[in-house]
Amino acid sequence: MSNEASAQQLSYIENQASDARVNIELETEGMTLNLGPQHPATHGTLRIIVRLDGEQVVSAEPVMGYMHRGYEKLTEVRTYPQVTTLVNRIDWLGSFANEVPFILAAERLMEVEAPARAQWIRTALFELSRIANVVLFLGDMAVQLGATTPVFYAFRDREFVLNQIESVTGGRFHPNFDRIGGIKDDLPKGWIQETKDVLVRINSFCEEMEDLVVGNEIFQTRTRGIGIIPADTGLAYGLSGANIRSSGVDWDLRRDGGVGLIHDQLDWKVWTHPDGDSFARYWVRLQEVRESCKMVGQILDGIPSGPIMAKVPRIIKVPPGEAYVETENPLGIMGYYVISKGDLVPYRVKIRSASFNNVSITPWVLKGVYVPDVISILASLYFILGDIDR
Amino acid sequence: MTVFNLAIELAYWQQTVIRSILGLVAVLLPAGTLVYLYLFKMMSFMQSRLGPMEAGPYGSLQLLAEVGKFLQKEDLFPRAADRVVFKAAPFVVLASTFLLVLVLPAGPDAWFINIDTGVFLALAVSSISVIGILMAGWGSASKYSLIGGLRAAGQLVAYELPLVLAVMGVVIQAGTLNVQEIVLAQANGEIFGWGGIGNPFIITQFLGFMIFLVAIQAELTQPPFDMPVAESEIVTGYLTEYTGMRFLLFFIGEFATAGIFSALAATFFLGGWYIPGLDPTSNLFNLIGPLVLVGKMLLVSFLIFWFRFTYPRFREDQLQQLAWKVLVPLSLVNIVATGVLKVVF
Amino acid sequence: MSSPDTNAEEIVEESIEPQEELVTDEKREAFIGSITQDLGSGFVDSHIDPETDVWVRVTQEAWLETAKILFEKHGMNFFSFLSAIDWKPSPFGREMDSAIDDLDDEVIVETEMEWGIAGGEKRFQLLARVHNPSTHMGVNLKADLEGDFPEVDTWTPVYPGANWHEREVKEMFGISFKNHPNMVNLYLPTEFEGHPLRKDFPLLSRRAKPWPGIVDVELMPGEGDDEAEELGEET
Repeated sequence: MSNEASAQQLSYIENQASDARVNIELETEGMTLNLGPQHPATHGTLRIIVRLDGEQVVSAEPVMGYMHRGYEKLTEVRTYPQVTTLVNRIDWLGSFANEVPFILAAERLMEVEAPARAQWIRTALFELSRIANVVLFLGDMAVQLGATTPVFYAFRDREFVLNQIESVTGGRFHPNFDRIGGIKDDLPKGWIQETKDVLVRINSFCEEMEDLVVGNEIFQTRTRGIGIIPADTGLAYGLSGANIRSSGVDWDLRRDGGVGLIHDQLDWKVWTHPDGDSFARYWVRLQEVRESCKMVGQILDGIPSGPIMAKVPRIIKVPPGEAYVETENPLGIMGYYVISKGDLVPYRVKIRSASFNNVSITPWVLKGVYVPDVISILASLYFILGDIDR
Repeated sequence: MTVFNLAIELAYWQQTVIRSILGLVAVLLPAGTLVYLYLFKMMSFMQSRLGPMEAGPYGSLQLLAEVGKFLQKEDLFPRAADRVVFKAAPFVVLASTFLLVLVLPAGPDAWFINIDTGVFLALAVSSISVIGILMAGWGSASKYSLIGGLRAAGQLVAYELPLVLAVMGVVIQAGTLNVQEIVLAQANGEIFGWGGIGNPFIITQFLGFMIFLVAIQAELTQPPFDMPVAESEIVTGYLTEYTGMRFLLFFIGEFATAGIFSALAATFFLGGWYIPGLDPTSNLFNLIGPLVLVGKMLLVSFLIFWFRFTYPRFREDQLQQLAWKVLVPLSLVNIVATGVLKVVF
Repeated sequence: MSSPDTNAEEIVEESIEPQEELVTDEKREAFIGSITQDLGSGFVDSHIDPETDVWVRVTQEAWLETAKILFEKHGMNFFSFLSAIDWKPSPFGREMDSAIDDLDDEVIVETEMEWGIAGGEKRFQLLARVHNPSTHMGVNLKADLEGDFPEVDTWTPVYPGANWHEREVKEMFGISFKNHPNMVNLYLPTEFEGHPLRKDFPLLSRRAKPWPGIVDVELMPGEGDDEAEELGEET
């Protein structure tokens, strides 16, 4: 860790500790508390061992691997089209987005490019899966803080997005729809109009969350100034996506160096927040859902006609080479480093998942906070267990 | 002393039996009503779902099904638990609820006890539940329970004070600690010489009413003050290790207390069993008084549950700050203002 | 729908043209030049994919220094990932496929080690990626590692985020890191034996039940129903 970062961390802990000065003077024996693996807060099987002094966290160490499925090994014995079935399960709330970078990496190695229409539909589904993913976060964060109602609204409106994804791909959760050189099928009849109606719903859901959660004084006292991550520390830990944008880093792969998707042809905005606290992370994600709605709306209006598949051989053999493709997934930057030896199967696939890096900052950021803040910080970092354990 | 103005004199044991039955009704009825009406149905509608629909028409028998389920469950203890303390805890909590109901008058002659220190008694017995919760937290031999129990203790003690101070305004204005006379003071009061609706203290003591509402929300450990049972942090706090019958007792205790605190708020601020337009001494109130009180109780508890379903929870230190830095000074200001105005007018 | 069609084609053409002009990538060339100078003998090889990506291979000894240079001089303060590659041809896999794979004559079981981009000499290679979020340039780093259970300097002093990645590499490949603050297993149980991502670690489920292989290959839309029948007859 750089000196600057550790100095910042020290001053942060000091500030936190000054509230609990009494505790330090009375010097009590610490307590070790297990959060998880089957803990209601960790929607999944993440275990966090926290050492407590009273209610203050002295140290926190996440324990993972309860859901490790060995995808990096399994990809070595799956053909390229079969791999998409596996990687679907990494971030299960925005499954389609997981397929995209892998397919793009394979396409780069094969030097094929999907036709324009396929790229537009891909981008539409990519953004729809982001909406499906982040909408649930918007409700879930509130329920972690004790407000039960928003999560029901989130599930209610997410259902419509899933319906749209299902009517194109046939799968609500695991579409397995992206193909090397294009997509599996064309859009069904009437889909564009239906999706527009759904976008209106999602927009009104965002308004609702703005009133019910963001505008709530208790929510603000619970999240503002809690779990502050300075930009340089966040970058050194590899935080990405909304987590790093809420620390003021204006960096979004959809705009800066996106490949294969058509975000650069759309009119949208990258939102950042200077604070870097839990509130900022919630706020940035809320804005991103709105931007996604805007993007999908533009795609629906401008979708070109044409073929949906490029010419690719029936049995896909990828020429030897290496490629790393990353995209801005709902949880952050997701990348696949694919090494091919000209075989039916990849030689090695390194999966760079967003949540793994996002959660790796927890031992640093949880130091010195109170137990309730552990929950609000973890919830605002927003991880999917499948995305950590792969 | 009579429960109702009956024509026949009852022996002491007969009165005791009737009082016990009515006490049981007074505890279980609000609990059941609140759970079904608010927890099952209103919460569901607010969350855009239907709630229980299968057991009975509109799920009205769901409550029986739930109670039946809890009764069937095995009575489990953690191995390291302090058994006596663990077993006794729910009864202590429930005892506080039963004692609270004593002071509530439901009509000019319909009361359990009518003593001059009624307010004092009510506020005193309401704090007994802290002991039960601490017992549950300590006796469970679980870290989650312990943290939950300690949080609850800190919270309940902190909010006793605003609760008491908020009522002080009412007591000063009514000039008595007798709950029955507080109701009568509101019934016979006048607003600048106009006695059309009496003088419910919510008008003059609006600040006190708000503080009282916030304080009972905290006393009930309901969101936004539910850190003792915060399910996302410490599972369910002091309730973590409880199952079956004992959990049910805690559950009944929680909702019955919600009902009774609401009824107390209705009595102190909304005129209790009295409705305007009728003579407060009329015998009719012995019959409709309880209904009026239940109606007003539902009104107040609607607010409590509305907050419950809307807000996220505070952190303990923020909650303590709210109690000591906001509510206590405000209620002190309220008392001083009430006292000065009482002398002036 | 016809007008958006033509529009999109125009845009695609426009975006391709400048790429063809720029065969050399000045930004990445300059970067390679600078890092070659800084690393001196630590620099081994590099490769540039114009307008896309860049690879740098360094020696095992220069691994930590490379990180420092990239962090301080090139502003590559975003840590993306750290992993490893086992270049040993797997003794498992091909012969485990179902019989249908043998129909394809081109499948040859490799015996010699072959390395990918930026070359290689040893069985194990470290692979890492760091990124500069303001210039939007990332770099893939590789380093050959000596021996069967190599040891290399940890990156945690520069990139604290490397902590978990190095723990993962340790348990999956058996590569340990000097001065790492907490070198214990991340995913695997403590008593687990072996290093799963090494190529000589058998995938047991695959041994017990051969993967159907290319039988599963999905037909292209509108393509040969007769082929499907042929496959059906064979199985």
